Amino acid sequence: MINKPISRRSFLKITGLTIAVSATPFGYNVINASAQKEGSFKPNVWFEITPDNKITITLGISEMGQGSSTALPMIIADELEADWKQVRIQQGPASGAFKNPVFDDQITVGSASVRGFYEPLRKAGASGRAMLIKAAAQNWKVPEGECQAFNGTVKHKKSNRSLTYGQLCLKAAKLEIPKDPPLKNESEFRYIGKSMPRLDIPAKVSGAAIFGLDVNVPDMLYAAIARPPAYGAKPISYDQKAAEGVKGVRTAFPTPQGIFVCAESLDAAWKGREALKVKWDQGTHPSMNTDSIEKHFMEGLNKQGAIAKNVGDVKKALSGASKKVEANYFVPFVAHATMEPMNCTAHVQKDRCDIWAPTQAQILGQIFASQISGLPMDKIHIHTTFLGCGLGRRGAFPDFIIEAVIASKAVGKPVKVVWSREEDIKYDFYRAATCQKIEAGLDSQGRLIAWSHKVACSSILKFLNPAWIKDGVDFFSLWGIVDAPIPPVYSHTVYEFPNFYVEQYLSDLPIPVAPWRSVQNAPNAFVMECFMDELAHAAGKDPVEFRMHLLSNNMRARRVLQTVAEKAGWGKPVPKGKGRGIAQHSCFGSYVAQVADVSVNEKDGTIKVDRIVAAVDCGPAVNPNAVVAQIEGSVVEGVSTALKEQVEFGNGGVKTANFNDYHIIRMSEIPEIEVHIVKSNEAIGGIGEPGVPPTAPAVGNAIFNATGARIRRIPFTPERVLAAIKSNKT
Amino acid sequence: MISLNVNGKNYRVNVSDDMPLLWVIRDYLKLTGTKYGCGIGECGACTVHIDGKAERSCAIPVKKAQGRKIVTIEGLPENHPVKRAWIKEQVVQCGYCQPGIMMQVAALISSKPKPSADQVINAMDDVICRCGTYPRIKRGIKAALEIMRKEG
Repeated sequence: MINKPISRRSFLKITGLTIAVSATPFGYNVINASAQKEGSFKPNVWFEITPDNKITITLGISEMGQGSSTALPMIIADELEADWKQVRIQQGPASGAFKNPVFDDQITVGSASVRGFYEPLRKAGASGRAMLIKAAAQNWKVPEGECQAFNGTVKHKKSNRSLTYGQLCLKAAKLEIPKDPPLKNESEFRYIGKSMPRLDIPAKVSGAAIFGLDVNVPDMLYAAIARPPAYGAKPISYDQKAAEGVKGVRTAFPTPQGIFVCAESLDAAWKGREALKVKWDQGTHPSMNTDSIEKHFMEGLNKQGAIAKNVGDVKKALSGASKKVEANYFVPFVAHATMEPMNCTAHVQKDRCDIWAPTQAQILGQIFASQISGLPMDKIHIHTTFLGCGLGRRGAFPDFIIEAVIASKAVGKPVKVVWSREEDIKYDFYRAATCQKIEAGLDSQGRLIAWSHKVACSSILKFLNPAWIKDGVDFFSLWGIVDAPIPPVYSHTVYEFPNFYVEQYLSDLPIPVAPWRSVQNAPNAFVMECFMDELAHAAGKDPVEFRMHLLSNNMRARRVLQTVAEKAGWGKPVPKGKGRGIAQHSCFGSYVAQVADVSVNEKDGTIKVDRIVAAVDCGPAVNPNAVVAQIEGSVVEGVSTALKEQVEFGNGGVKTANFNDYHIIRMSEIPEIEVHIVKSNEAIGGIGEPGVPPTAPAVGNAIFNATGARIRRIPFTPERVLAAIKSNKT
Repeated sequence: MISLNVNGKNYRVNVSDDMPLLWVIRDYLKLTGTKYGCGIGECGACTVHIDGKAERSCAIPVKKAQGRKIVTIEGLPENHPVKRAWIKEQVVQCGYCQPGIMMQVAALISSKPKPSADQVINAMDDVICRCGTYPRIKRGIKAALEIMRKEG
């Protein structure tokens, strides 16, 4: 949808051909921004061709390892018919011009960067190409049809003339944006679909890449914050004098976030925080611990919830079923634990506020910084650094930005707030815990006829945006079970159940939760896909065949399932002590199925995941090697949550504190991973997250296959595995 | 005053003796390639070479590093087999942990040019990558060893 070409004749200066894409509430516009007034066009520049023959692409998305900062330039360069060697990238500011059409916001979440910008950037690139061709044709006074763009030049074959994009850009800049520029055919792609080396990797290998923690502003102070050890705890007393007496500490002051200590070095700030010796009250939930939390969710299953889905007549269908299957599942809180802990540097001045942040949500940061500093939005300058992983933590409530702005405003200097690893784990917004009960009915032929599902869970939307809770239902927390009544950009369930009932009880625990790579798709897929396996066995059917029957109208889901089954040797025998399990899930526009092979040590209960085979349909794979990398990383994280990760609570707060008690998978524990990209011309899907959900259930189903023991909660710790094997034998 | 030799250069810094070497390298010498991950030597993001051995700079008081030869990721030559292998195999995702991981690998393969699978795992289980690049780290190590073997 390219509408209303904006041509401004009252420009002051043209520096080159500048094309912008701007999201609108109903789509997007491609704009020739060359002719805008100097100083006003910069923020919405997407790419600019300059007379030095360079193409500078400005990115509004955050690069956190997902590779979009290479994929988006590939899309532009391909349609523009640029020479890849001409392409430079730079990070853009917070600006409405960088809003992703998927959300109408500048936010890098929901596996949406390539998916949201694929079409707009193809059109933007194609517009640039058409304008350069037109400029060359006018220059040579020949028909446009006789001119061809190739690798950064326009050629006129008949007269054997050519001009580079650099030579043409000033003339092209004066042309109107074409209404319907011809897009390339797939066979003409030169970058899209080819594995291109990532543009961000060299700086990350040399050590020169700047992450949030690496920002250095002259005259900057460091801030540490003493935070409550229990939810809702308030300080009873603290020794401000002792803190301010520590060498290098400038000041200490209380805020609702905790007690800030600002110092000349981080070491001094941390020592000053120690010296505060804060005494806290016991908080609002002093007896809350890991066990009480699990009990709370179990009890939630018996409490009245809100109805999220009601199709057919589940009660009637269940009562008429030949066979009923019932099970309870539990998934605990999991931490983001990004390798770069939360941090931010801010400098609040009288007339502007600069923020250097590893953030996934620039405009959200701007909004909060504006409120705290009292400065208007356009005076808040967000400088996005590289992100040392995001996983959703840096796209939710921007606490790290808020703290840096508070600190800088208070001391009148630039301040860098750095969270210790302990703070990063204890004050995370976790992946939401969930406890679920399913009752399902099979008919005499083993066909699924009823599915009744009760979910007790933490509510992501209570923390993210309570206004989005609809009739008491938090659909964010149900992704993968039922779809929200909004366009299916995050969750698109694939099974068809003739009688289907879903009820949700939202927990009122004070533990904050937020999106965690794939949001609740992963915990919910664990429940859905393990239970699907239970049903297949109850029906006496092969798990692939059983699923296929419920996917008769979903070719994409069928195809990844079929592909993974073939590639993994599904149906072939596995040796004793080993097991094989399958699971599939679709979200963010992509479809992924995985087969896990595991070895179970029945003596000590340890699980080794030997191999994961994955098949993915994400529509066009823009940078295939990067797609494979995302699936590999997702599988590794999926295995990590399946075997190891769980946040522990005690005395009304978080007990888990660092990597010595919050265990993350290490190299010896990873499986061999095989990724098969299914060739697909379907709509483009996201790739950062959809690889996570199928892993844990595939592993769980493989453990069942190996041992006959069904473990309905993660992580599959050795104790839990031993207990399940033992109870299965008795 | 503490005297440090980092990447072949001598520095004098006015910091307390017990400040972790990591923060001196990052915040005083402004060599920010070395990262903070945990502060307790569990994750390896802060790995540097001290007298040729991979060490956790977050857990070493700066005083103890005095008079020793320290190399950070910035001091590892651009044509070092590990750096070249990391680009060739496209190992990196977010990249935050990778300088420490590359320093861990560089120390491993310089002391053991033909490491056994167990020796690789033993060394590499001391580091954490949250993006899950482990499969590519494995390939990167193989590629780096191959470059070393070919070029002697």
